[in-house]
Amino acid sequence: MTEDCVACPVMANHIRVALVGQPNVGKSMLINSVSNAHLHVGNFSGVTVDKTEVLFDYEDYHFTVVDLPGSYALNDYSIEEKVTSTFLFNGDFDIIVNVVDSTNLEKNMQLTAELMSMNKKMVMALNMSDEAEKEGIDIDEAYLSKLLGINCTKVSAVTRLGIDELIKSVISTFEQDKTSGKLVFSEAIEEEIDNVVSLLNTHKYQAPNSYRNVAINILKDNKRTYERMIANPIWTEVQPVLLEAKRHIELHHDTDDVKEAFAEEYASFNRGVVAEILNDTPLSEKRTMTEKIDSILINQYFGIPIFLFFMWSLFQLTFELGAIPMDMIDGFFGWLGDVVGATISNDDIRSLIVDGLIGGVGAVVLFVPNIIILFIGIALLESTGYMSRVAFLLDGFFHKFGLHGQSFIPLVTGFGCSIPAYMSARILKNDRDRLLTLFIIGFMSCGARLPVYVLFAGAFFSEEMAGNILFLIYISGAIIGLFAAKLLKLTAFKGEDEPFVMEMPKYRLPSLKLVWHTVSNKTWMYLKKAGTFIAAAAMLVWFMSNYPKNLELNSQFESKISALSSQKEITLVENKWAEQRLEQSYLGEVGKFIAPVFEPIGLDWKMSVSILTGLAAKEVVVSTLGVLYSLGDAVDEESSSLKALLASQISFASAMAFIVIIMIYLPCLAASIVFTREAGHIKYFFYLLGFTSIAAYILAFITYQVALLF
Amino acid sequence: MNLSQCEKECEVKVIKLHAKGALKDRLISFGLMKGADIKVLAHAPAKSTIEIIIARTRLALRREEAELIEVAK
Repeated sequence: MTEDCVACPVMANHIRVALVGQPNVGKSMLINSVSNAHLHVGNFSGVTVDKTEVLFDYEDYHFTVVDLPGSYALNDYSIEEKVTSTFLFNGDFDIIVNVVDSTNLEKNMQLTAELMSMNKKMVMALNMSDEAEKEGIDIDEAYLSKLLGINCTKVSAVTRLGIDELIKSVISTFEQDKTSGKLVFSEAIEEEIDNVVSLLNTHKYQAPNSYRNVAINILKDNKRTYERMIANPIWTEVQPVLLEAKRHIELHHDTDDVKEAFAEEYASFNRGVVAEILNDTPLSEKRTMTEKIDSILINQYFGIPIFLFFMWSLFQLTFELGAIPMDMIDGFFGWLGDVVGATISNDDIRSLIVDGLIGGVGAVVLFVPNIIILFIGIALLESTGYMSRVAFLLDGFFHKFGLHGQSFIPLVTGFGCSIPAYMSARILKNDRDRLLTLFIIGFMSCGARLPVYVLFAGAFFSEEMAGNILFLIYISGAIIGLFAAKLLKLTAFKGEDEPFVMEMPKYRLPSLKLVWHTVSNKTWMYLKKAGTFIAAAAMLVWFMSNYPKNLELNSQFESKISALSSQKEITLVENKWAEQRLEQSYLGEVGKFIAPVFEPIGLDWKMSVSILTGLAAKEVVVSTLGVLYSLGDAVDEESSSLKALLASQISFASAMAFIVIIMIYLPCLAASIVFTREAGHIKYFFYLLGFTSIAAYILAFITYQVALLF
Repeated sequence: MNLSQCEKECEVKVIKLHAKGALKDRLISFGLMKGADIKVLAHAPAKSTIEIIIARTRLALRREEAELIEVAK
């Protein structure tokens, strides 16, 4: 049997599923439940970041599930929704799985109705049915299936209820010949649809979807259908029929907007269906949990202070809790360096492995606990539903700075990593608002910059203060971002504001599984980066700081040392030797070359070089500092030595200027690439480069001058 | 009157949407259309944003958008 399968064409049992649903219906959760049950997940991010494909096998079938971004309707409101509707319109799939939230059926079915008019094979997954049951919502899914003409299955992604049944229903629908769904419009509209369909029929119009679907789309003014048809000779005949039909429909619905008429049709169809199949114990008079929580969290007066308190707590925790395992990790890498170093006899290779590789990677891995805490915080913010509350609270304030309340979501994501933040800016419809948000995201310090801050806050402030300093750094980054937004809004991105219409989801207890999934995924990415990219960069930095070898200098110092007897003097000379060796290395040359630029803001050449290497990735800043400062000092590395070295070699004012530069200047290479892609043109990258560099330099200069006064 | 003039806890019916284009489509896709029953739940500081509930959906709107929704008690 298995051999048969290898031989048989894959296409035979291949089911391509389009997973569609409104936002926040638990689609990702569902796909996790399905694929975890059968393993084999392929995340094709990077190629098509917008939609995720998951592959798995079930019985004799190969499934390719395309997880499309959540959409309220197929009307291309945001870029994300455009991805969904384009995919559906091109019809490159076998079956739609429409995921709906059982606790809000009527609203969810607004999309279902649109999907049904596509005349594709389709099944419905009534997700969150466990939650619905708790709320006293009893759905008769057999009757619903009958009324809609599509298979409806109750599922729960959380409790994994009904997952097998769902897959079976997909298979059985796939095996049937006919398409699913029997959405019926009012007589007036049906009549017009028939008119258009018969016209298409007589002309044998070529379309990827059914004629009925084309007719409905063209009546609804669907842009894509319209564009396709207008290029066809048939248009001259369709146009008058269409105009007459629309006039008729608008008259019938007492509106001047045919889309509104269709929406009303869908809504009344849905209302009818839902009334039939729902045994809804009416919402009791007592307030729901969400309302109770909201009365505190979005309170007109306390809402914003509460939010600030949450953020402050998060950064405190990041620092305090994250500091606990740091000594252990630091100790481990020190030990590893010693053990490995002892086995290597060649001095150069030993230095490469111990100082370059282990030192550089260790400096980055050290901050994994902080990163984990920050990511957990952001995951909680995202999954509980609190994020939209904050958008609600802050919109008025944001609006004053030319930003959109929903910009808050990419901006907070930016505290984790700029890359997903750039992508999540797609929720903004208006291009100008989206570009503006893209420019500001970099001001939200990402997780990779955290190590730099933790290092400097620890080196230059007392332990009790460090958490507050961390909070202050993040907050001031955000505030600078706001002012930058205002500046850009007044100059480069003038224009109309995007409307603010946002759903406020119910509060949900975050699923541990989902939080674990997100956090472990991101942490693993961080570690992977440390093991590959950062390791390579650290070795490069090591090489450039050790070569070329200056034999003359070496013999000079060797003879000097041999002439000395006291250990103290030897150490002193050795330090001087290391210092000079570093200065005449490649990196030293680069550093000295760029140093004049950074001198007015108080940075020595080592810091300047770290800033340069930080363009590759912000983690490299710390590993570069680690390599440069530990090489410049011949004493052996001990735990927290880098912190101590920095504190002894860098002035307070320079350190502050350095932090400001790190806060503001260009995000890492990978993020810059994503930024350019999301912004849509290379010129925006140069704008960003210029804008951030100038802002960083000016603010660092001010910081340095002010800090010198203390 | 329009939605932005409604106080907290006030229950109204939508009479007409004065919004245009994409915004109108958006409002409709949330169920905010002629004949829908809505209730005002909360206001953000300075009443810049308002939260309403429509059927079982909670929505946040800016004052400017709420002004485009004609309602009656």
